[in-house]
Amino acid sequence: MKSWIAFWNILKKDIKNYYLKPPNISWGIIFPLSWTLMQLIRSPDKNVLQLLPGLMAMSVLFGTTSMLAVTITFERSGRSFERLLLAPISLNVMVLAKMAGTVLFGVFNAFVPVVFASFFIDLSFAHWAVVLPAVLMIAITSALMGLLIAVSAEQVFEAQTLSNFFRFPMLFLCGLFVPIASLPVFLRPLSYLLPLTYGVDILKGAIVGMNAFSPALSFGALAFFAAGLFFVCRRQINRRWIL
Amino acid sequence: MVTVTNLKKTYGNFTAVDGISFDVQKGEIFGFLGPNGAGKTSTINMMIGLARPTAGEITISGIDVRRYPKKAQAIMGIVPDDSNLYNEMDGFDNLCFCAALYGMKREERESKAQQLLERFRLKEAGKRPFKAYSKGMRRKLTIAAALIHSPQILFLDEPTTGIDVESSRQIREMIVELKRQGATIFLTTHYIEEAERICDRIAFIKEGKIVASGSLPELMHSVSHGYAVRLVTDKSAQSLTGELQNRFKGSKVTIGQEHSVVIASSKRIVLLPVMEFFHEKGIEVYEAKELRPSLEDVFVKLTGIESSVLRKEKGGKR
Repeated sequence: MKSWIAFWNILKKDIKNYYLKPPNISWGIIFPLSWTLMQLIRSPDKNVLQLLPGLMAMSVLFGTTSMLAVTITFERSGRSFERLLLAPISLNVMVLAKMAGTVLFGVFNAFVPVVFASFFIDLSFAHWAVVLPAVLMIAITSALMGLLIAVSAEQVFEAQTLSNFFRFPMLFLCGLFVPIASLPVFLRPLSYLLPLTYGVDILKGAIVGMNAFSPALSFGALAFFAAGLFFVCRRQINRRWIL
Repeated sequence: MVTVTNLKKTYGNFTAVDGISFDVQKGEIFGFLGPNGAGKTSTINMMIGLARPTAGEITISGIDVRRYPKKAQAIMGIVPDDSNLYNEMDGFDNLCFCAALYGMKREERESKAQQLLERFRLKEAGKRPFKAYSKGMRRKLTIAAALIHSPQILFLDEPTTGIDVESSRQIREMIVELKRQGATIFLTTHYIEEAERICDRIAFIKEGKIVASGSLPELMHSVSHGYAVRLVTDKSAQSLTGELQNRFKGSKVTIGQEHSVVIASSKRIVLLPVMEFFHEKGIEVYEAKELRPSLEDVFVKLTGIESSVLRKEKGGKR
Protein backbone atom coordinates (compact mmCIF):
# COMPACT_ATOMS: atom_id res chain seq x y z
CA MET A 1 0.00 0.00 0.00
CA LYS A 2 2.80 2.43 0.98
CA SER A 3 4.67 1.68 -2.25
CA TRP A 4 1.48 2.21 -4.24
CA ILE A 5 0.92 5.63 -2.60
CA ALA A 6 4.48 6.61 -3.50
CA PHE A 7 4.16 5.21 -7.05
CA TRP A 8 0.90 7.05 -7.71
CA ASN A 9 2.20 10.34 -6.34
CA ILE A 10 5.45 10.21 -8.33
CA LEU A 11 3.39 9.54 -11.46
CA LYS A 12 0.92 12.33 -10.65
CA LYS A 13 3.73 14.77 -9.90
CA ASP A 14 5.50 13.99 -13.20
CA ILE A 15 2.31 14.32 -15.23
CA LYS A 16 1.49 17.67 -13.57
CA ASN A 17 5.03 19.06 -13.58
CA TYR A 18 6.22 17.88 -16.96
CA TYR A 19 3.76 16.18 -19.29
CA LEU A 20 0.83 18.54 -18.85
CA LYS A 21 2.96 21.64 -19.38
CA PRO A 22 1.90 23.54 -22.52
CA PRO A 23 5.23 23.06 -24.36
CA ASN A 24 5.03 19.30 -23.92
CA ILE A 25 1.37 19.06 -24.86
CA SER A 26 2.05 21.08 -28.00
CA TRP A 27 5.13 18.93 -28.70
CA GLY A 28 2.99 15.82 -28.26
CA ILE A 29 0.47 17.10 -30.80
CA ILE A 30 2.55 19.15 -33.22
CA PHE A 31 5.36 16.67 -33.63
CA PRO A 32 3.23 13.70 -34.78
CA LEU A 33 1.16 16.04 -36.96
CA SER A 34 4.30 17.40 -38.61
CA TRP A 35 5.53 13.88 -39.34
CA THR A 36 2.17 13.04 -40.86
CA LEU A 37 2.11 16.15 -43.05
CA MET A 38 5.73 15.62 -44.13
CA GLN A 39 4.96 12.08 -45.24
CA LEU A 40 1.81 13.13 -47.04
CA ILE A 41 3.57 15.96 -48.88
CA ARG A 42 6.50 13.72 -49.75
CA SER A 43 4.34 10.86 -51.06
CA PRO A 44 0.92 12.30 -51.98
CA ASP A 45 0.03 9.14 -53.87
CA LYS A 46 0.64 6.94 -50.84
CA ASN A 47 -2.26 5.69 -48.79
CA VAL A 48 -2.52 7.37 -45.36
CA LEU A 49 -3.20 3.94 -43.94
CA GLN A 50 0.19 2.67 -45.09
CA LEU A 51 1.88 5.60 -43.40
CA LEU A 52 0.06 5.19 -40.10
CA PRO A 53 2.14 2.38 -38.46
CA GLY A 54 5.36 4.27 -39.12
CA LEU A 55 3.95 7.57 -37.89
CA MET A 56 2.67 5.99 -34.71
CA ALA A 57 5.98 4.25 -34.03
CA MET A 58 7.99 7.43 -34.66
CA SER A 59 5.71 9.48 -32.43
CA VAL A 60 6.09 7.02 -29.55
CA LEU A 61 9.84 6.69 -30.02
CA PHE A 62 10.54 10.42 -30.12
CA GLY A 63 8.10 11.32 -27.35
CA THR A 64 9.20 8.68 -24.90
CA THR A 65 12.97 8.42 -25.19
CA SER A 66 13.65 12.10 -24.83
CA MET A 67 11.05 12.84 -22.14
CA LEU A 68 12.29 10.31 -19.58
CA ALA A 69 15.96 11.02 -20.28
CA VAL A 70 15.45 14.78 -19.98
CA THR A 71 13.17 14.79 -16.92
CA ILE A 72 15.42 12.48 -14.91
CA THR A 73 18.59 14.33 -15.89
CA PHE A 74 16.85 17.62 -15.06
CA GLU A 75 15.86 16.36 -11.61
CA ARG A 76 19.30 14.92 -11.01
CA SER A 77 21.03 18.20 -11.84
CA GLY A 78 18.64 20.04 -9.47
CA ARG A 79 19.18 17.32 -6.85
CA SER A 80 15.44 16.74 -6.39
CA PHE A 81 15.98 13.24 -7.75
CA GLU A 82 17.97 12.52 -4.57
CA ARG A 83 14.68 12.78 -2.71
CA LEU A 84 13.36 9.79 -4.67
CA LEU A 85 16.56 7.82 -4.09
CA LEU A 86 16.28 8.49 -0.34
CA ALA A 87 12.62 7.52 -0.10
CA PRO A 88 11.91 4.20 1.62
CA ILE A 89 10.56 2.63 -1.57
CA SER A 90 12.38 0.09 -3.70
CA LEU A 91 14.31 1.40 -6.68
CA ASN A 92 12.10 -0.76 -8.90
CA VAL A 93 8.95 1.05 -7.73
CA MET A 94 10.60 4.43 -8.22
CA VAL A 95 11.86 3.54 -11.72
CA LEU A 96 8.47 2.12 -12.74
CA ALA A 97 6.71 5.26 -11.48
CA LYS A 98 9.06 7.51 -13.47
CA MET A 99 8.54 5.33 -16.54
CA ALA A 100 4.76 5.22 -16.20
CA GLY A 101 4.34 8.94 -16.97
CA THR A 102 6.53 8.67 -20.05
CA VAL A 103 4.74 5.57 -21.28
CA LEU A 104 1.38 7.36 -20.99
CA PHE A 105 2.83 10.34 -22.84
CA GLY A 106 4.11 8.00 -25.57
CA VAL A 107 0.73 6.30 -25.95
CA PHE A 108 -0.93 9.73 -26.22
CA ASN A 109 1.59 10.72 -28.91
CA ALA A 110 0.93 7.51 -30.84
CA PHE A 111 -2.76 8.22 -31.15
CA VAL A 112 -2.42 11.78 -32.43
CA PRO A 113 -1.77 10.54 -36.02
CA VAL A 114 -4.63 8.06 -35.56
CA VAL A 115 -7.08 10.82 -34.67
CA PHE A 116 -5.77 12.89 -37.59
CA ALA A 117 -6.05 9.96 -40.01
CA SER A 118 -9.56 9.12 -38.83
CA PHE A 119 -10.78 12.30 -40.55
CA PHE A 120 -9.59 10.97 -43.94
CA ILE A 121 -9.93 7.21 -43.85
CA ASP A 122 -11.99 4.46 -42.31
CA LEU A 123 -9.98 2.84 -39.51
CA SER A 124 -12.63 0.46 -38.26
CA PHE A 125 -11.00 -2.60 -39.79
CA ALA A 126 -7.69 -2.14 -37.94
CA HIS A 127 -7.07 -4.61 -35.11
CA TRP A 128 -7.10 -2.16 -32.22
CA ALA A 129 -6.84 -4.93 -29.65
CA VAL A 130 -3.42 -5.63 -31.15
CA VAL A 131 -2.47 -2.01 -31.85
CA LEU A 132 -2.93 -0.85 -28.27
CA PRO A 133 -0.65 -3.44 -26.61
CA ALA A 134 1.87 -2.97 -29.41
CA VAL A 135 1.95 0.80 -28.83
CA LEU A 136 2.27 0.14 -25.10
CA MET A 137 5.20 -2.23 -25.64
CA ILE A 138 6.95 0.22 -28.00
CA ALA A 139 6.43 2.94 -25.39
CA ILE A 140 7.84 0.73 -22.61
CA THR A 141 10.96 -0.29 -24.56
CA SER A 142 11.50 3.31 -25.72
CA ALA A 143 11.08 4.60 -22.16
CA LEU A 144 13.65 2.07 -20.98
CA MET A 145 16.06 3.31 -23.64
CA GLY A 146 15.40 6.82 -22.32
CA LEU A 147 16.16 5.56 -18.83
CA LEU A 148 19.41 4.03 -20.01
CA ILE A 149 20.34 7.43 -21.46
CA ALA A 150 19.33 9.14 -18.19
CA VAL A 151 21.62 6.84 -16.22
CA SER A 152 24.55 7.65 -18.49
CA ALA A 153 24.03 11.42 -18.89
CA GLU A 154 24.93 14.07 -16.33
CA GLN A 155 23.44 17.08 -18.10
CA VAL A 156 20.21 17.68 -20.01
CA PHE A 157 22.03 18.50 -23.27
CA GLU A 158 23.99 15.24 -22.98
CA ALA A 159 20.72 13.35 -22.61
CA GLN A 160 19.32 15.02 -25.71
CA THR A 161 22.44 14.29 -27.76
CA LEU A 162 22.51 10.67 -26.65
CA SER A 163 18.79 10.28 -27.41
CA ASN A 164 19.34 11.34 -31.00
CA PHE A 165 22.35 9.06 -31.28
CA PHE A 166 20.02 6.14 -30.51
CA ARG A 167 16.88 7.26 -32.28
CA PHE A 168 17.90 8.22 -35.78
CA PRO A 169 19.80 5.03 -36.68
CA MET A 170 16.85 3.08 -35.25
CA LEU A 171 14.41 4.84 -37.54
CA PHE A 172 16.35 3.85 -40.62
CA LEU A 173 17.10 0.32 -39.52
CA CYS A 174 13.71 -0.78 -38.17
CA GLY A 175 12.06 -1.26 -41.55
CA LEU A 176 10.01 1.90 -41.34
CA PHE A 177 11.37 3.70 -44.40
CA VAL A 178 13.33 0.92 -46.04
CA PRO A 179 12.10 -2.69 -45.78
CA ILE A 180 14.59 -4.80 -43.87
CA ALA A 181 14.93 -7.12 -46.87
CA SER A 182 16.17 -4.16 -48.94
CA LEU A 183 18.84 -3.15 -46.42
CA PRO A 184 22.49 -4.05 -47.10
CA VAL A 185 23.16 -7.57 -45.80
CA PHE A 186 25.62 -6.42 -43.14
CA LEU A 187 22.99 -4.06 -41.62
CA ARG A 188 20.18 -6.58 -41.41
CA PRO A 189 21.35 -8.29 -38.19
CA LEU A 190 21.32 -4.87 -36.54
CA SER A 191 17.66 -4.43 -37.51
CA TYR A 192 16.74 -7.60 -35.70
CA LEU A 193 18.44 -6.29 -32.56
CA LEU A 194 16.14 -3.28 -32.37
CA PRO A 195 12.87 -3.44 -30.41
CA LEU A 196 11.30 -0.90 -32.76
CA THR A 197 11.61 -3.39 -35.67
CA TYR A 198 9.18 -5.74 -33.92
CA GLY A 199 6.87 -2.95 -32.76
CA VAL A 200 6.58 -1.51 -36.25
CA ASP A 201 5.97 -4.99 -37.65
CA ILE A 202 3.05 -5.61 -35.26
CA LEU A 203 1.54 -2.23 -36.16
CA LYS A 204 1.93 -2.93 -39.88
CA GLY A 205 0.21 -6.27 -39.43
CA ALA A 206 -2.63 -4.88 -37.32
CA ILE A 207 -3.31 -1.84 -39.53
CA VAL A 208 -2.36 -2.80 -43.11
CA GLY A 209 -1.91 -6.57 -42.80
CA MET A 210 1.73 -6.48 -43.97
CA ASN A 211 3.73 -8.03 -41.15
CA ALA A 212 6.92 -10.02 -41.65
CA PHE A 213 6.88 -11.86 -38.30
CA SER A 214 4.09 -13.48 -36.39
CA PRO A 215 2.60 -11.08 -33.77
CA ALA A 216 3.37 -13.62 -31.03
CA LEU A 217 7.06 -13.61 -31.98
CA SER A 218 7.12 -9.81 -32.12
CA PHE A 219 5.38 -9.42 -28.76
CA GLY A 220 7.78 -12.01 -27.32
CA ALA A 221 10.75 -10.10 -28.72
CA LEU A 222 9.44 -6.81 -27.29
CA ALA A 223 8.90 -8.42 -23.88
CA PHE A 224 12.41 -9.85 -24.04
CA PHE A 225 13.88 -6.42 -24.92
CA ALA A 226 11.86 -4.77 -22.14
CA ALA A 227 13.06 -7.27 -19.53
CA GLY A 228 16.66 -7.04 -20.76
CA LEU A 229 16.68 -3.25 -20.83
CA PHE A 230 15.09 -3.10 -17.37
CA PHE A 231 17.77 -5.43 -16.02
CA VAL A 232 20.59 -3.38 -17.60
CA CYS A 233 19.05 -0.11 -16.35
CA ARG A 234 18.71 -1.42 -12.79
CA ARG A 235 22.34 -2.57 -12.79
CA GLN A 236 23.49 0.77 -14.12
CA ILE A 237 21.34 2.65 -11.60
CA ASN A 238 22.88 0.64 -8.77
CA ARG A 239 26.36 1.37 -10.06
CA ARG A 240 25.97 5.01 -10.98
CA TRP A 241 23.34 6.50 -8.69
CA ILE A 242 24.25 4.77 -5.43
CA LEU A 243 27.98 5.49 -5.40
CA MET B 1 20.86 5.19 18.24
CA VAL B 2 23.66 5.30 15.64
CA THR B 3 26.80 3.19 15.67
CA VAL B 4 29.47 3.65 13.03
CA THR B 5 32.36 1.18 13.11
CA ASN B 6 35.55 1.31 11.04
CA LEU B 7 33.75 3.08 8.20
CA LYS B 8 35.83 3.49 5.08
CA LYS B 9 35.18 4.93 1.64
CA THR B 10 37.62 4.99 -1.23
CA TYR B 11 37.20 6.39 -4.73
CA GLY B 12 39.93 4.74 -6.81
CA ASN B 13 43.17 5.55 -5.04
CA PHE B 14 41.64 8.35 -2.98
CA THR B 15 40.49 7.56 0.54
CA ALA B 16 37.67 9.91 1.47
CA VAL B 17 36.83 8.27 4.81
CA ASP B 18 39.51 6.28 6.56
CA GLY B 19 38.13 3.80 9.08
CA ILE B 20 36.17 6.11 11.36
CA SER B 21 34.12 4.97 14.36
CA PHE B 22 31.66 6.92 16.50
CA ASP B 23 28.24 6.63 18.01
CA VAL B 24 25.31 9.00 18.41
CA GLN B 25 23.15 8.66 21.51
CA LYS B 26 19.37 8.85 21.41
CA GLY B 27 18.10 12.39 21.93
CA GLU B 28 21.41 14.19 21.45
CA ILE B 29 22.70 16.66 18.89
CA PHE B 30 25.90 15.25 17.47
CA GLY B 31 28.07 17.71 15.57
CA PHE B 32 30.42 16.65 12.80
CA LEU B 33 32.98 19.34 12.08
CA GLY B 34 35.66 19.56 9.47
CA PRO B 35 36.88 21.56 6.48
CA ASN B 36 35.84 20.90 2.87
CA GLY B 37 37.09 17.56 1.63
CA ALA B 38 37.52 16.19 5.14
CA GLY B 39 35.02 13.40 4.49
CA LYS B 40 31.87 14.84 6.08
CA THR B 41 29.61 14.46 3.04
CA SER B 42 30.98 11.01 2.19
CA THR B 43 30.25 9.91 5.76
CA ILE B 44 26.75 11.34 5.78
CA ASN B 45 26.02 9.84 2.32
CA MET B 46 27.02 6.40 3.57
CA MET B 47 24.91 6.83 6.70
CA ILE B 48 21.80 7.76 4.71
CA GLY B 49 22.28 5.03 2.10
CA LEU B 50 23.26 7.26 -0.79
CA ALA B 51 26.77 5.82 -1.00
CA ARG B 52 28.11 2.34 -0.37
CA PRO B 53 30.84 1.98 2.24
CA THR B 54 34.04 0.33 1.06
CA ALA B 55 34.30 -1.22 4.53
CA GLY B 56 32.78 -0.87 7.97
CA GLU B 57 29.39 -1.05 9.61
CA ILE B 58 26.58 1.45 10.19
CA THR B 59 23.59 0.64 12.35
CA ILE B 60 20.74 3.04 13.02
CA SER B 61 18.19 2.02 15.63
CA GLY B 62 19.50 -1.52 15.27
CA ILE B 63 19.06 -1.53 11.47
CA ASP B 64 22.10 -2.44 9.39
CA VAL B 65 22.15 0.42 6.84
CA ARG B 66 24.32 -1.52 4.39
CA ARG B 67 21.93 -4.45 4.24
CA TYR B 68 18.61 -2.68 4.69
CA PRO B 69 19.04 0.89 3.44
CA LYS B 70 15.34 1.36 2.64
CA LYS B 71 14.27 0.19 6.10
CA ALA B 72 16.74 2.61 7.64
CA GLN B 73 15.63 5.47 5.37
CA ALA B 74 12.09 5.06 6.68
CA ILE B 75 13.19 6.31 10.12
CA MET B 76 15.50 9.07 8.86
CA GLY B 77 14.84 12.68 8.01
CA ILE B 78 17.44 14.12 5.68
CA VAL B 79 18.26 17.77 5.03
CA PRO B 80 20.98 18.10 2.38
CA ASP B 81 23.33 21.06 2.19
CA ASP B 82 21.45 22.31 -0.86
CA SER B 83 17.65 22.43 -0.77
CA ASN B 84 16.38 19.66 -3.02
CA LEU B 85 12.65 20.24 -3.23
CA TYR B 86 10.77 20.79 -6.48
CA ASN B 87 11.04 24.34 -7.78
CA GLU B 88 7.86 24.18 -9.82
CA MET B 89 5.70 22.96 -6.92
CA ASP B 90 4.42 25.15 -4.08
CA GLY B 91 5.45 24.68 -0.46
CA PHE B 92 2.33 22.76 0.54
CA ASP B 93 2.49 20.40 -2.44
CA ASN B 94 6.19 19.79 -1.86
CA LEU B 95 5.49 18.71 1.72
CA CYS B 96 2.54 16.54 0.65
CA PHE B 97 4.65 14.91 -2.05
CA CYS B 98 7.45 14.13 0.42
CA ALA B 99 4.87 12.63 2.80
CA ALA B 100 3.51 10.45 -0.02
CA LEU B 101 7.00 9.06 -0.60
CA TYR B 102 6.77 7.68 2.95
CA GLY B 103 3.38 6.12 2.18
CA MET B 104 1.32 8.58 4.23
CA LYS B 105 -2.36 8.78 3.34
CA ARG B 106 -3.86 11.97 1.87
CA GLU B 107 -5.65 13.32 4.99
CA GLU B 108 -2.62 12.58 7.15
CA ARG B 109 -0.14 14.22 4.81
CA GLU B 110 -2.26 17.32 4.24
CA SER B 111 -2.80 17.91 7.96
CA LYS B 112 0.91 17.27 8.73
CA ALA B 113 1.94 19.64 5.92
CA GLN B 114 -0.31 22.39 7.33
CA GLN B 115 1.08 21.86 10.83
CA LEU B 116 4.66 22.08 9.61
CA LEU B 117 4.00 25.20 7.52
CA GLU B 118 2.60 26.88 10.64
CA ARG B 119 5.40 25.66 12.87
CA PHE B 120 8.05 26.93 10.45
CA ARG B 121 6.22 30.23 9.95
CA LEU B 122 5.67 29.49 6.27
CA LYS B 123 1.88 29.33 6.21
CA GLU B 124 1.58 32.46 4.08
CA ALA B 125 4.12 31.11 1.61
CA GLY B 126 2.53 27.66 1.44
CA LYS B 127 0.86 28.34 -1.91
CA ARG B 128 3.84 30.07 -3.49
CA PRO B 129 6.12 28.07 -5.79
CA PHE B 130 9.32 26.87 -4.12
CA LYS B 131 11.42 28.73 -6.69
CA ALA B 132 10.02 32.03 -5.34
CA TYR B 133 11.28 31.33 -1.79
CA SER B 134 14.24 33.13 -0.24
CA LYS B 135 17.26 31.01 0.74
CA GLY B 136 16.21 30.97 4.39
CA MET B 137 12.65 29.95 3.52
CA ARG B 138 13.94 27.24 1.20
CA ARG B 139 16.07 25.82 3.99
CA LYS B 140 13.20 25.94 6.47
CA LEU B 141 10.86 24.14 4.06
CA THR B 142 13.55 21.52 3.40
CA ILE B 143 13.81 20.88 7.14
CA ALA B 144 10.00 20.73 7.35
CA ALA B 145 10.01 18.17 4.51
CA ALA B 146 12.52 16.06 6.42
CA LEU B 147 10.20 16.06 9.45
CA ILE B 148 7.01 15.21 7.58
CA HIS B 149 7.11 11.50 8.54
CA SER B 150 8.22 12.14 12.16
CA PRO B 151 11.66 10.53 11.78
CA GLN B 152 13.60 9.08 14.69
CA ILE B 153 16.84 10.67 13.54
CA LEU B 154 17.45 13.84 11.58
CA PHE B 155 20.52 14.37 9.40
CA LEU B 156 21.28 18.04 8.84
CA ASP B 157 24.05 18.84 6.40
CA GLU B 158 25.20 22.44 6.86
CA PRO B 159 21.71 23.66 7.83
CA THR B 160 22.58 27.33 8.24
CA THR B 161 25.17 27.79 5.52
CA GLY B 162 24.55 30.65 3.12
CA ILE B 163 21.38 31.98 4.73
CA ASP B 164 20.59 35.22 6.54
CA VAL B 165 21.27 35.72 10.24
CA GLU B 166 17.61 35.74 11.28
CA SER B 167 16.80 32.53 9.43
CA SER B 168 19.94 30.90 10.89
CA ARG B 169 18.81 31.87 14.37
CA GLN B 170 15.34 30.48 13.76
CA ILE B 171 16.77 27.24 12.40
CA ARG B 172 19.08 26.84 15.42
CA GLU B 173 16.09 27.39 17.70
CA MET B 174 14.14 24.77 15.78
CA ILE B 175 17.00 22.28 16.09
CA VAL B 176 17.17 22.81 19.85
CA GLU B 177 13.38 22.52 20.07
CA LEU B 178 13.46 19.25 18.14
CA LYS B 179 16.04 17.92 20.56
CA ARG B 180 13.81 18.97 23.47
CA GLN B 181 11.05 16.91 21.88
CA GLY B 182 13.35 13.88 21.88
CA ALA B 183 14.74 13.89 18.33
CA THR B 184 18.25 12.63 17.65
CA ILE B 185 20.17 14.97 15.39
CA PHE B 186 23.32 14.43 13.36
CA LEU B 187 24.61 17.78 12.19
CA THR B 188 27.51 18.74 9.99
CA THR B 189 28.61 22.35 10.06
CA HIS B 190 31.45 24.69 9.20
CA TYR B 191 30.44 27.07 11.96
CA ILE B 192 32.33 26.22 15.14
CA GLU B 193 30.29 28.69 17.20
CA GLU B 194 27.10 27.02 16.02
CA ALA B 195 28.37 23.59 17.05
CA GLU B 196 29.51 25.00 20.40
CA ARG B 197 26.10 26.55 20.97
CA ILE B 198 23.83 23.63 20.13
CA CYS B 199 25.73 20.32 20.05
CA ASP B 200 25.93 17.89 22.95
CA ARG B 201 28.86 16.02 21.48
CA ILE B 202 31.18 16.82 18.62
CA ALA B 203 33.59 14.95 16.36
CA PHE B 204 36.33 16.69 14.39
CA ILE B 205 37.13 15.09 11.06
CA LYS B 206 40.24 15.82 9.06
CA GLU B 207 41.51 14.00 5.97
CA GLY B 208 38.97 11.22 6.45
CA LYS B 209 39.89 10.54 10.07
CA ILE B 210 38.28 11.58 13.33
CA VAL B 211 40.94 13.49 15.23
CA ALA B 212 38.86 14.04 18.38
CA SER B 213 35.37 13.48 19.65
CA GLY B 214 33.46 13.97 22.86
CA SER B 215 31.30 16.38 24.79
CA LEU B 216 32.30 20.05 24.91
CA PRO B 217 33.89 19.78 28.39
CA GLU B 218 35.74 16.63 27.34
CA LEU B 219 37.11 18.26 24.22
CA MET B 220 38.11 21.37 26.13
CA HIS B 221 39.77 19.36 28.85
CA SER B 222 41.77 17.49 26.21
CA VAL B 223 43.61 20.69 25.27
CA SER B 224 43.66 22.49 28.62
CA HIS B 225 44.68 20.69 31.79
CA GLY B 226 44.04 23.47 34.28
CA TYR B 227 41.66 26.19 35.37
CA ALA B 228 41.99 29.95 35.33
CA VAL B 229 40.05 32.91 36.66
CA ARG B 230 40.36 36.48 35.44
CA LEU B 231 39.49 39.30 37.82
CA VAL B 232 39.10 42.98 37.03
CA THR B 233 39.88 45.23 40.01
CA ASP B 234 39.67 48.95 40.75
CA LYS B 235 43.45 49.29 41.20
CA SER B 236 46.56 47.39 40.33
CA ALA B 237 47.30 44.22 42.29
CA GLN B 238 50.92 44.08 41.06
CA SER B 239 52.34 44.26 44.60
CA LEU B 240 50.15 41.40 45.79
CA THR B 241 51.34 38.76 43.33
CA GLY B 242 53.62 36.93 45.78
CA GLU B 243 51.11 37.08 48.60
CA LEU B 244 48.35 35.75 46.35
CA GLN B 245 50.51 32.81 45.27
CA ASN B 246 51.31 32.05 48.91
CA ARG B 247 47.68 32.18 49.99
CA PHE B 248 46.49 30.00 47.11
CA LYS B 249 49.11 27.25 46.98
CA GLY B 250 49.85 25.81 43.55
CA SER B 251 48.42 28.78 41.73
CA LYS B 252 50.17 31.06 39.27
CA VAL B 253 49.27 34.72 39.25
CA THR B 254 49.71 36.98 36.24
CA ILE B 255 48.95 40.68 36.25
CA GLY B 256 47.45 41.88 33.03
CA GLN B 257 46.48 45.22 31.55
CA GLU B 258 43.72 47.45 32.90
CA HIS B 259 43.92 46.16 36.47
CA SER B 260 43.28 42.57 35.56
CA VAL B 261 44.60 39.58 37.47
CA VAL B 262 44.67 36.02 36.13
CA ILE B 263 44.95 33.21 38.65
CA ALA B 264 45.74 29.81 37.12
CA SER B 265 45.69 26.52 39.00
CA SER B 266 45.57 22.79 38.34
CA LYS B 267 42.49 22.62 40.60
CA ARG B 268 39.22 24.44 40.12
CA ILE B 269 39.39 27.86 41.78
CA VAL B 270 36.81 28.70 44.45
CA LEU B 271 35.94 32.38 44.14
CA LEU B 272 34.86 33.32 47.67
CA PRO B 273 38.36 33.11 49.33
CA VAL B 274 39.82 35.07 46.43
CA MET B 275 37.20 37.78 46.83
CA GLU B 276 37.81 37.89 50.58
CA PHE B 277 41.54 38.27 49.97
CA PHE B 278 41.02 41.31 47.80
CA HIS B 279 38.45 42.71 50.20
CA GLU B 280 41.00 42.46 53.05
CA LYS B 281 43.48 44.39 50.90
CA GLY B 282 40.97 47.12 50.20
CA ILE B 283 40.70 46.29 46.50
CA GLU B 284 37.30 46.22 44.86
CA VAL B 285 36.60 43.40 42.38
CA TYR B 286 34.33 44.45 39.53
CA GLU B 287 34.37 41.30 37.48
CA ALA B 288 35.34 37.64 37.89
CA LYS B 289 35.27 35.20 35.01
CA GLU B 290 36.43 31.65 34.60
CA LEU B 291 38.69 31.40 31.54
CA ARG B 292 38.09 28.39 29.34
CA PRO B 293 39.36 27.55 25.87
CA SER B 294 36.66 28.00 23.23
CA LEU B 295 35.72 25.20 20.87
CA GLU B 296 37.54 27.19 18.22
CA ASP B 297 40.76 26.95 20.27
CA VAL B 298 40.21 23.23 20.67
CA PHE B 299 39.56 22.81 16.94
CA VAL B 300 42.67 24.73 15.96
CA LYS B 301 44.83 22.85 18.43
CA LEU B 302 43.54 19.39 17.51
CA THR B 303 43.28 19.74 13.75
CA GLY B 304 46.00 22.27 13.05
CA ILE B 305 43.50 24.10 10.81
CA GLU B 306 42.78 27.77 11.41
CA SER B 307 39.06 28.30 11.98
CA SER B 308 39.14 31.17 9.46
CA VAL B 309 39.77 28.54 6.78
CA LEU B 310 36.40 26.97 7.59
CA ARG B 311 34.61 30.30 7.50
CA LYS B 312 36.14 31.22 4.15
CA GLU B 313 35.10 27.88 2.66
CA LYS B 314 31.42 28.52 3.25
CA GLY B 315 31.26 32.19 2.58
CA GLY B 316 31.72 34.46 5.46
CA LYS B 317 31.64 35.02 9.15
CA ARG B 318 28.57 34.45 11.23
